[in-house]
Amino acid sequence: MHEMGIVLHLAKTLDQTAVEEKLSRISKVTLQVGEVSGIITDLFVDAWNYFKPRHPVLADSELVLEEIPAVTWCDSCKSKYETVRYGRTCPYCGSGETWLLQGNECVIKEIEAE
Amino acid sequence: MKIIKLGEKITAANDREAEALRQRLKEKGILLINLMSAAGSGKTTLLSRIIKDMKDTRIGVMEADIASDVDAVRIEALGARAIQVHTNGMCHMDAGMTAEAVDALGDDELDLIFLENVGNLICPAEYDTGAGKKLMILSVPEGDDKPLKYPLMFMESDALVISKMDAREFFPFDMEAFTDRVRILNPDIKIFPVSAKTGEGMEALEGWLSEALEEWRS
Repeated sequence: MHEMGIVLHLAKTLDQTAVEEKLSRISKVTLQVGEVSGIITDLFVDAWNYFKPRHPVLADSELVLEEIPAVTWCDSCKSKYETVRYGRTCPYCGSGETWLLQGNECVIKEIEAE
Repeated sequence: MKIIKLGEKITAANDREAEALRQRLKEKGILLINLMSAAGSGKTTLLSRIIKDMKDTRIGVMEADIASDVDAVRIEALGARAIQVHTNGMCHMDAGMTAEAVDALGDDELDLIFLENVGNLICPAEYDTGAGKKLMILSVPEGDDKPLKYPLMFMESDALVISKMDAREFFPFDMEAFTDRVRILNPDIKIFPVSAKTGEGMEALEGWLSEALEEWRS
């Protein structure tokens, strides 16, 4: 249950933000989650709903997940392609010298709070 | 109601705790090593060998597991300071848990502390524990394809131990293909093929540990 650990870390980071920014209530949390970040969104939302009542500042907040598509860069033929569809091997030239450009993110984009 | 743009990693609070622990240990001259691998790769056996070989280095070990204390008992029997940490079902150690474990172990009169992370090639790679160096183990029986399946662990580690080299003849482990796959992910990683059983390769690994400690203190 990998998502449980991530939610615990998210709650901890938000608790600290609330103290720093003197917030009494966070009503909405928007996350950017990469397509290949390893986060299973359904499980993540379940874990969030389980933990948020334990953090007063988060108790009635809504979680919004924005997915960032995974894109890989091929160093050999200098082209971009869809990571999930083709994996590590470039569909244009067959090279394995490829790097993930985006899609591994797990970022708190913004919060709505008072 | 206001909107606050954060753009912060989900683990930002953890990362701050990790940095604080790293600084605290740096001031004390203690190098914390996050030892990561799959279950059964020989983490405790490797540490036992290092403790026996590096008699002049004061070593502490924090054994993190979901349950039991068999590993800590094995390490203590060798005369090293050891504690068992239970993660209560969590698949990895984070910085807060690691700082508590260091407090429980005691950070006086030690040179090296090994955090033996939960046996798992996935989650431990994602959390900064506050360690100064990350060391991973991949044992020969696990196979040469693991860098393809668990790239992050190989990308994050400073050094890689290939363990159970004494069993190599029994497994179809392609050393060249394996090291090529690792170097694509992490060109700077140090690679040490070892057998804790026969002692093969241990000198090079222990040399790296001594140098890392010296560098940490300079």
